[in-house]
Amino acid sequence: MHCPAALDRPKGKGYFLFWRSVFALGLGLALFAMYQASVSVEYIWRWNRVPQYFWTTEAIDIHATQEGEVSRVERSGETAVIVLRNPSGEERYVVPTATLRVDKGDLVSPGDVLGTTTRSRPGLLLEGLFVTLEVSFLAILGGTVLGLMTGLARISTNPALRWSAITYIEIIRGSPLLVQIFLWYFVVGTVVNQLMTRWDVAPIDPLWYGVLALSIFSGAYVAEIVRAGIQSVHRGQMEAARSLGLTYTQAMARIILPQAMRRILPPLAGQFISLIKDSSLLGVIAIRELTKASREVVSSSLQPFEVWIVCAILYLVLTFTLSLFVQYLERKAI
Amino acid sequence: MPIIQVRNIAKTFYLPQPIPALRDVSVDIEAGETVVVIGPSGSGKSTFLRCLNRLEYAEKGTILIDGVDILDPRCDINAIRAEVGMVFQSFNLFPHMTVLENLTLAQRAVRKRSRAQAAERAMALLQKVGIADKYQARPEQLSGGQQQRVAIARSLAMDPKIMLFDEPTSALDPEMVGEVLDVMKTLSREGMTMVVVTHEMGFAREVADRVLFMDQGTILEEGPPEHFFTAPKHPRTQEFLSQILAF
Repeated sequence: MHCPAALDRPKGKGYFLFWRSVFALGLGLALFAMYQASVSVEYIWRWNRVPQYFWTTEAIDIHATQEGEVSRVERSGETAVIVLRNPSGEERYVVPTATLRVDKGDLVSPGDVLGTTTRSRPGLLLEGLFVTLEVSFLAILGGTVLGLMTGLARISTNPALRWSAITYIEIIRGSPLLVQIFLWYFVVGTVVNQLMTRWDVAPIDPLWYGVLALSIFSGAYVAEIVRAGIQSVHRGQMEAARSLGLTYTQAMARIILPQAMRRILPPLAGQFISLIKDSSLLGVIAIRELTKASREVVSSSLQPFEVWIVCAILYLVLTFTLSLFVQYLERKAI
Repeated sequence: MPIIQVRNIAKTFYLPQPIPALRDVSVDIEAGETVVVIGPSGSGKSTFLRCLNRLEYAEKGTILIDGVDILDPRCDINAIRAEVGMVFQSFNLFPHMTVLENLTLAQRAVRKRSRAQAAERAMALLQKVGIADKYQARPEQLSGGQQQRVAIARSLAMDPKIMLFDEPTSALDPEMVGEVLDVMKTLSREGMTMVVVTHEMGFAREVADRVLFMDQGTILEEGPPEHFFTAPKHPRTQEFLSQILAF
């Protein structure tokens, strides 16, 4: 690794030890200050309330659906079967033995609770994380395809293609993403969904407007990254390829793009990390992604400190994983 | 009929002020001939060479390659280029491919040869330029001289009728110039039609059938090397030769 410090006189062992300690001390101080601040506003940390928003178990009452008499209760270990008899026949209910509320001979009306079973399912935060993952993944796909096409159009000699690309890039880069999301959902979405209703088709889920907004937004940036990557490949490569008789398309696909890819990947990773973070804006159009889910969790748990810290860490996990993946791709692409 | 017929071509670069690179160049080159183009830098010799496979589009005149007018927009330029090999000063090998892949890519994509056919032709040519053992290497692992020999083999793999050389030894360390020139001499002896832009006067004297001297976008003088190097007619040629042969 090249270290700029190598141009100065060599640093001693103590130098590194000292400044590493300074870093560790700074980090410790920051954490301590944060804790002290929370204590001074009498905030009570309740980390134990967080896990339920990742995975939650809920109790579901089992109700009788008909009137009748309990003719039999067959207990077999964990579960029990209640047999309900009435003039029209027999009804059977499976209930956990520990929660049995009735016994043989009881008269039961419709709606009476016979027992309680539990079901576990992902909590709000995990659901939000999945939505963020889904939206980001789709938008990365869309943005890559759109960006690649626009980048190629941007360097085309055909004015219609080139100017279309420039117009698209400039418009998208020149307005805030939040405004674009509103435009796609409240303007385009209203028109489309009204047409859909008129044609008796189900309206499109807000999630797709979110994916559309993010794809189109990141596509403009990806296009510029692709263009810069292609133009960074020495022009002699294109000349050599064409001088052998390859067509422009063949030369681009076989010679230029594979070489450009190596230079495109690092800035592309940065772009997609931004995209994952930008997906937090989609809460405004009723997509319950991680940030919106966190907001809901805060209002129900009343533990904003823990929830927002967890939310930030979850984003960090997503972005860091993507970053590692791209580094792996970079090593693979010679 | 000459395999290359160039009639009154001209080319101006706009950078953005107009710079005339070629003005009214005409020349005929017969099949099997080795023509060496010399001249001071900026004289238009590289531009002239690049016009012959339309890497530069001559704006006036006509260029017939094997009877086909390549300045006609309707001509199939890719088919022409497959018949006209080009070797560049900076090699321009494809760095993301092995030596073998460099040689087989265009054979398969343009000549539609099978993988085995292309590899066989490639290995024969690598043998010929003396680096068959490096077929699995990446270009960056080779010396400049080896890279340029691979580049020559890559062009030859298309079985072209004409080979263009654009200062093929100018980017090489002096001790590697010989190995590249040797390959070119062999080619010339085997009857390949070659147009070579170079500063290697020894090569011109030994191998060329004809030498063209270019200055300021025109061919000032042409003739067989013995006449050209011993009794140049034009004062500009005399001046140029006295400058480079002084060492």
